[in-house]
Amino acid sequence: MMHRKSVLRVVSKLLIPFILLFALYVQWHGDFGPGGGFQAGVIFASGYILYGLIFGLGTLRKALPSWLTRLLLSLGVLLYSGVGVVCMLLGSKFLDYNILSHEPTHGQHLGIILVEAGVGMTVFAGIITIFCAFAGRAAADVNPVPQDARGGAGDD
Amino acid sequence: MNIEIVTSDLLNVATLVIMAITGIAIARIRNLFAVVMLSGIYSLMGATLYVILDAVDVAFTEAAVGAGASTVLMIGTLALTSDRENVTPSTRKIKGLFVCVLMFAALVYGSIDMPLYGDPGAPIHNHVAPRYLNDSMAEIGLPNVVTSVLASYRGYDTMGETFVIFTAAVGVLTLIGRSRRRKNGGGGDEGPKS
Repeated sequence: MMHRKSVLRVVSKLLIPFILLFALYVQWHGDFGPGGGFQAGVIFASGYILYGLIFGLGTLRKALPSWLTRLLLSLGVLLYSGVGVVCMLLGSKFLDYNILSHEPTHGQHLGIILVEAGVGMTVFAGIITIFCAFAGRAAADVNPVPQDARGGAGDD
Repeated sequence: MNIEIVTSDLLNVATLVIMAITGIAIARIRNLFAVVMLSGIYSLMGATLYVILDAVDVAFTEAAVGAGASTVLMIGTLALTSDRENVTPSTRKIKGLFVCVLMFAALVYGSIDMPLYGDPGAPIHNHVAPRYLNDSMAEIGLPNVVTSVLASYRGYDTMGETFVIFTAAVGVLTLIGRSRRRKNGGGGDEGPKS
């Protein structure tokens, strides 16, 4: 199976680093250009999904174990709401980032970066989790040997 | 200026025509694998439309989720079920056509009241948008007003959306996440507890 897809393997190996880099750019440059946590998480996840499609679910899970995606999934929402709670503890309203720094705009900037990071983590881990659940179920039902979802559906 | 408007109109029309053709093809074709591929193309054209409308961040999302991830998920679903669509009896087809025409008429009727695209007098441009555009640089200090609105002014909404993603992933995990070891049923006893 692995030897038949050499073109796909080479091309995806070339593409994936740039997809991930672009996702990071969208994540951290979202304050200045278009983008933000949601878009970055989705693009980051699609890079990993491409990897999983070409190299199989088992290889993807080696690179990204399920405990890690579950941790990121919950850590993202925790970070987002945690920023809100910290704002409250510092004596302001929930998600009022002005209090986070001496200068209101600096506090806003910090709060937005943290919150967007939380969104990115949850979206990335959520999409990977859903993909792995579907692909793992498909591989288990159709064929006992784990294989990627495309190979199962595209043959006929 | 004038040429620019014509170009974007042409692009709009071309994209929408391709989307309409794709939609009709999706309705006609019975091979679900082809349907999934066509729905990916539909999403890609949707992303193009968002780029024409200057909503690049929405286009990112549409291209990655609509054309990428959800196509892959649909293929995974096809591997679990069949990839042929059952033949629909013609009596049900007529009922379906009736519902579609009714829905189309209702949508057209509803869109008559809507302001024209880009109309400066539209309610959406006169409610809170001027305040965001005028004051966000002083209040938030970010050049990208969209990020300011999403993450700060509308922080509650974005938090709710993040929780929606979280809930969706947890729901999928509970339903089909842990079934790789067990072949026949009995998948519901482990998920809900944890």
